[in-house]
Amino acid sequence: MNLILFTFIVLLGFTSYYFGRKKAYTIQSTKKRLTALPQFYGYYLAIWCAIPAFIIFSLWAIFEPTIVKLLVLSDYSNQGYLDDELNLIYEKTKALSRGQFTGEITPFIEASAEKYLSLRSIAQSSKVVIVLSAIIASVAYAYKRISSNSRTREPVEKFLNAVLFTASLAAILTTVGIVFSLIFQTIDFFKVIPLFDFVFGTHWYPAKAFVRDSSEALDPSMYSDTFGAVPIFAGTFFIAFIAMCVAIPIGLMSGIYLAEYASSKVRQYAKPLIEILAGIPTVVYGFFAALTVGPFLKELGTSMGLEVSAESALAAGGVMGIMIIPFISSLSDDVITSVPQSLRDGSYAMGATKSETIKRVIFPAALPGIVGSILLGVSRAIGETMIVVMASGLAANLTLNPLESTSTITAQIVVILIGDQAFGDPKTQAAFALGMSLFLVTLCLNIVALRVVKKYREKYE
Amino acid sequence: MIKIKAKDVDVFYGKKQALFNISLDIEENQVTALIGPSGCGKSTFLRCLNRMNDVIDICSVKGEILINDFNINDKSCDVVRLREKIGMVFQKPNPFPKTLYENVSYGPTIHGIAQSKQEMDEIVETSLKKAALWEEVKDRLHEPGTGLSGGQQQRLCIARAISVRPEVILMDEPCSALDPIATAQIEELIDELKKEHTIIIVTHSMAQAARVSQNTGFFHLGQLIEHGSTDKIFKNPDNKKTQDYITGRFG
Repeated sequence: MNLILFTFIVLLGFTSYYFGRKKAYTIQSTKKRLTALPQFYGYYLAIWCAIPAFIIFSLWAIFEPTIVKLLVLSDYSNQGYLDDELNLIYEKTKALSRGQFTGEITPFIEASAEKYLSLRSIAQSSKVVIVLSAIIASVAYAYKRISSNSRTREPVEKFLNAVLFTASLAAILTTVGIVFSLIFQTIDFFKVIPLFDFVFGTHWYPAKAFVRDSSEALDPSMYSDTFGAVPIFAGTFFIAFIAMCVAIPIGLMSGIYLAEYASSKVRQYAKPLIEILAGIPTVVYGFFAALTVGPFLKELGTSMGLEVSAESALAAGGVMGIMIIPFISSLSDDVITSVPQSLRDGSYAMGATKSETIKRVIFPAALPGIVGSILLGVSRAIGETMIVVMASGLAANLTLNPLESTSTITAQIVVILIGDQAFGDPKTQAAFALGMSLFLVTLCLNIVALRVVKKYREKYE
Repeated sequence: MIKIKAKDVDVFYGKKQALFNISLDIEENQVTALIGPSGCGKSTFLRCLNRMNDVIDICSVKGEILINDFNINDKSCDVVRLREKIGMVFQKPNPFPKTLYENVSYGPTIHGIAQSKQEMDEIVETSLKKAALWEEVKDRLHEPGTGLSGGQQQRLCIARAISVRPEVILMDEPCSALDPIATAQIEELIDELKKEHTIIIVTHSMAQAARVSQNTGFFHLGQLIEHGSTDKIFKNPDNKKTQDYITGRFG
């Protein structure tokens, strides 16, 4: 029903566009000069069709359920029901009206189900009538107002402006919403676990929180030494460090090769090939790390008499580094290419060789951009989840030995939130606290990266 | 005395020929101006003289260019040494995004000319003095070169070029991005520099060619139409095309 109505409104919109344009042509044929191109008159009418429809639809969506509920439940007023019980009755009524009710059917509920259905159908048909009459009224009003000197271009442009603004607002509000949901859960978490214990504690053992019987009262003291985040922060930065040790040199050198040394033909094929690396799903990198690199390192280590865990930080970090190579190489290739040719010419004309020119002129000029690309790579490394979950194990060891297994913030969030969750439990909230800290770290990195990139733009212009 | 002798130089960009059979002698310690309409090949010819065309993949140069009787197109020519001897100043000022000091000391550093910090300081000072920039910048040597005005930047580029004491300085429309006052300063500078260096300047301004040069070559459609003393080219050219260009009938 709603779909048919919607289609009908869209058709109405097209029709009003057609009529608006037609009227403009008619005005034009009387040798009067229009204030805008004829299609603006069409858009103008279409907007007058869309706005009332949109407003009424939204109002309906907001108020219809509440009003229907009030009316249905008005039968039960003054009978001493509690709010919760009323809600239950209402849910039963709705279920019955859909024919999905399996419990005992009382005449009361049957009666209200009938009332509910009739109210819904009244609401539905009045919606159709109101929407259509509002549209027709507003379009007719706008149609009458169109004349040779009426302004149509400005309202249309303003409307587009508003639509685009709404789109970006939606994106921003989502971010804000996510941050807020993190904040509240995080605050709840820190009500139970002291901030100090979280930031400086060296034991991360959330499984301990599983043991609690949910019927017992919350006793904060039992969580001491459970949520100390130092090992997983250390693990996160350690694995990111290993990843950057792989990604920075290889990425940078391949970026320099692509930008300065490769012939245009090689570049044409090599660049997309390297960028394919960025398109591989991280889960594939994950099992590459867990099933190929990890065991290989273990075997290699054993043959050299070293003790290597099958799930080592080295395997996870190394594969993560490979994953980040394309980011660094591609971005640094871009910044190096955007260093003006005139600087290269200036250097070559002084008799500098290619490598001297790169080392002394191009690299310093591109450095801020390169640093920016590296920081973006670091924030990817810190936020990477799948590879770590699969290849580096879940035990939060506090270690600096790359051959042992460690765990990261992201991996711990996965561990905590897999399976059934009890909300309001410190263990679940720990995931939010971790997410919040991760968010803060990557936010800072991104801000620094953007700052650096911005500074670089001012450099040679 | 002849410093540079070009013999039958052809230049190709891919399959397209840009210069045809150019033969031109350039006098030592004089200013030679290359004039002609846009796209006539004068800049291409200039870039042949320090082999800057090597940088362009599709560009190939044929023929002989003798500098001090040595063919620079020969395989045995070391481009690094060649460019140390033949400096270049570009159309748009292109100081490196480094300090003034580093800009000027760049050449001496890569060629290992200065033995000590003190010697380097002297080179920087004399180069900036010769480029008539010293007085304006002596207190801000460690500020970025990109912070100077356009005319100052171009003089900085000249200082950078003369820091390695080149025998020849190539100038590719060095004043086209500058205002008349900065242009006058650079022209004065060119007059001064010719005492120690051989200068070849590409210019679109006929007045500039007449003011600064002793010899002029007129290029048109990749050919050297006429060359000789500036006096003769401007007052009594042999070729009709030269006459037309000089008097502003085309170009």
